Amino acid sequence: MFFTFKDSIYELAKADKRVLLMITDSDIGMDHMQKEMPEQYFMEGISEANTVGMACGLAADGYVPFIVNHASFGVRRCYEQIVLDACLQERPIRMVGVGGGVATAHLGPTHTTIEDIAIMRSLPEMTVINPCDALEMKKLMPQMIDWPKAIYIRLARYGKPIVTQEEDDIRIGKAVVRYRPEIAGRKVLLVSTGAMTSGAVNAAASLKEAGIACTVLHIHTIKPLDKDALLEQASSAELIVTLEDHVLAGGLGSACLEVLMDNMDPKDLPRVRRIGFPDRFIHEYGTQESLFQAMGLQPQQVAEKIKGFLG
Amino acid sequence: MINQAEKANTVERGPSLDERSRYLRKLVVSGIEATKKGHIGSALSLVEIIRVLYDDILNYRPQEPLWPDRDRFILSKGHGCLALYAVLADKGFIKTDELKTYALEGSRLGGCSESIVPGVEATTGALGHGLAVGIGMAMAARMQKRPSRVYVVMGDGELNEGSVWEGALCAAKYKLSHLTVIIDCNKFQIAGSTRDVLDLEPLKEKWESFGFVTREVDGHDVNALRKIYKELPFSNTKPSAIIAHTVKTKGVTFAEGDYKWHWKSGLDEATLNKIKASLEND
Repeated sequence: MFFTFKDSIYELAKADKRVLLMITDSDIGMDHMQKEMPEQYFMEGISEANTVGMACGLAADGYVPFIVNHASFGVRRCYEQIVLDACLQERPIRMVGVGGGVATAHLGPTHTTIEDIAIMRSLPEMTVINPCDALEMKKLMPQMIDWPKAIYIRLARYGKPIVTQEEDDIRIGKAVVRYRPEIAGRKVLLVSTGAMTSGAVNAAASLKEAGIACTVLHIHTIKPLDKDALLEQASSAELIVTLEDHVLAGGLGSACLEVLMDNMDPKDLPRVRRIGFPDRFIHEYGTQESLFQAMGLQPQQVAEKIKGFLG
Repeated sequence: MINQAEKANTVERGPSLDERSRYLRKLVVSGIEATKKGHIGSALSLVEIIRVLYDDILNYRPQEPLWPDRDRFILSKGHGCLALYAVLADKGFIKTDELKTYALEGSRLGGCSESIVPGVEATTGALGHGLAVGIGMAMAARMQKRPSRVYVVMGDGELNEGSVWEGALCAAKYKLSHLTVIIDCNKFQIAGSTRDVLDLEPLKEKWESFGFVTREVDGHDVNALRKIYKELPFSNTKPSAIIAHTVKTKGVTFAEGDYKWHWKSGLDEATLNKIKASLEND
């Protein structure tokens, strides 16, 4: 996904002088952009607060800065600049959080970013995007140029699998039905985001084998959440399960609960269960996949949980 | 700790304020008459720094506040906004009467400056933000080949913030000669003297070592300010810094140099009258 981001930002910057790439001391292999478009390429120091403030000053005069940071530093280190210099003053910066969730699990809890969605989602005037794969990222990138609000983009999936199809119409703010089994059976709605979605599709496929009709609704834009799609899919489900590589407090599950509680008659509300990280820091090292396993987020584990919820 | 009352008595008053400076201070005080509170000390040390910029240096159009070629003025110590609002009112960005709504329900003039107010470039109030935003604006001006210059005023207490020094490194890296930092060096922050709370000295050498050509000036001496501003940029390859030595609550003789006047609330009529009388007689 990060390679795709780099290719996209290069192409977008080439076509539009307003597009800037700002990096805080990372070797991300964009020397060609630096060479070809030096005015649009900023290699800043390990100074996230200054970089975000500076980006906001540039955005005030018409630029569209994409700030690439490790997700943990981009969210935690310069939070006040994001709140006050970007969101409060409606300056459309793009915070690209590389390695969100446990994508860099080998670096431990200083780098695993388990609360970023909750923090960014709580900010007025902030858009939160969590693509599921490289192709979806590629389809979303051009739309980010003229999006009027600040955006937090969580990059939390490296490499395959790619679940997005070339023909898919991916739009900021529009959820995607990623899997729909055409079978009779108990109806489950599995709502997933980002790195969880490919596994969610696999979980739903295995549930189909067991005669359970599990639809997967993929939410790449957590804010603004596609209420209409969620409510429409929820209306026919017996059980709704949310799935995220994020703490349960304030993440995708919380966002869905808010929409469901605020818009549905309690007597029509299906049961809702949330799957995500526990309320603790993640001290375990390993790979993204091994930590998904440790946290019970692998497809088979999710399928078993859903069976358990159904009883 | 230093005895603050004793310190206040040792403040050098310098020359008396001229009529325009007293007038602008009266506008500042008009802002707190209704709410009976505000960062009066922080605003009154700033008046000449801002006044001379707007009278003699900045390019701007009050009727077209977003004119692209304007110079950018950022009051990074946003709590001193009453001084900025007074000058903006004097220049016609806002109406003078609006000052009386300061911090009242329904007003757009709050206790810290907000960019919703015509002429205010950046919302500030959390300290340590203005320099980075100003750097971005200076970079934008350079890239867009606009003549805009950028002036960022920070408090000396504000220099406690680490982000200021991140910005200083960055401004020097990009050789932003059209960026000027002005320090309202009134020697006090809310908890006491800057020397006691977190010593900044040697301040001039610090800014020099961070890559700014740095000069000092009496921040209440209108002629000296005008002269030093006209000498900007001090270098064609470096950003400039001006340390403006000021007096907290300047113009209110009984409160000058007293850190307790950084912020005041519950001001009664008698005290407000005393403030006004002091401004008349300075």
